[in-house]
Amino acid sequence: MTEPRPEEPTASAVRPYVITRGRAASDIESLAWESLVMATDAAFPASLQPEHQTILAHCQGLLSVAEVAAHIGQPPSVVQVLLCDLLEWGLIVTRPPVPPAEHTDVTMLRKVLHGLESRL
Amino acid sequence: MVSKAASDAPSQAPQPSGSGAEAASGPGSGSGKYLTSSVAGAAKILVVGPLGVGKTTLIGTVSEIKPLSTEAVMTQAGARVDTVVAGGKTTTTVALDFGRITIDGDLVLYLFGTPGQQRFLPAWRDLAKGALGALALVDTRDLEASFDALGNLEDLGLPFAVAVNVFPGSPEHGPDELRAALDLLPDTPVVACDARDPASSVRALIALVSHLIHVATETS
Repeated sequence: MTEPRPEEPTASAVRPYVITRGRAASDIESLAWESLVMATDAAFPASLQPEHQTILAHCQGLLSVAEVAAHIGQPPSVVQVLLCDLLEWGLIVTRPPVPPAEHTDVTMLRKVLHGLESRL
Repeated sequence: MVSKAASDAPSQAPQPSGSGAEAASGPGSGSGKYLTSSVAGAAKILVVGPLGVGKTTLIGTVSEIKPLSTEAVMTQAGARVDTVVAGGKTTTTVALDFGRITIDGDLVLYLFGTPGQQRFLPAWRDLAKGALGALALVDTRDLEASFDALGNLEDLGLPFAVAVNVFPGSPEHGPDELRAALDLLPDTPVVACDARDPASSVRALIALVSHLIHVATETS
């Protein structure tokens, strides 16, 4: 296993802001990287942008935003914008991350602890 | 990395489901591409440290999926210009590796590997939002390389544990010596770990989560 090279710039032939039509994840109520998403059964219009269709094809089961981004090879910031479109159109459903108030919830942390211990 | 090849090509056409290197297995399989459909929520832990300290190794060792790589686009004034986005801000990209552990039927834990350098701090803020805590990996052959990562965690107020990834030929440091060298708070856990060993890596995560429980019970 090799360490990634964080300093290496990567370039896509289609610039991210073209795909999102200039919108940035910071412009919208964005999904967290660990938010879980899944395509709905709703039929999508044939006119749907190819990038949106690609995402739907990879969301046939439950996955995090980060995984969708990695599978389709686009930065999460781009995928966040496209997923918000799909959410608005009723083509995906989302399961939000554990709410901030619960981060210090000891019950949840204990659950994580027990889950980890069971892997030993 | 699974996503690297794909990121170099424009995604002009929709790809059929499961066309990638990783075949889609049906929902219900914990080790397939998709999560069990009963999972209701996700939590995350950051794995931080300098380049080459073993973040990706540790994530790969404990993850139920082959670690994935994605690129965080970060906006930073004065950063080396990669692309110029609308609004004239300069951005650079940083590769982040991550994996996941399904904790039980309704909770999944994501582990995000995060490079330590100070200049990646903007990328951290987003990721750190909502994180339970962080595991800071340290290589005792180069303690100084970890200073930025530890400093960033302190700046963000994210609770963390230190895992010393033991490499062959690592100098032996006593826990007190190490704690002093890294300027750690007395209650910050320091554990030795072999990132290649699943049990050892899981134990490091257990040390972190135990610490988080301790912090949470103390402040409540």
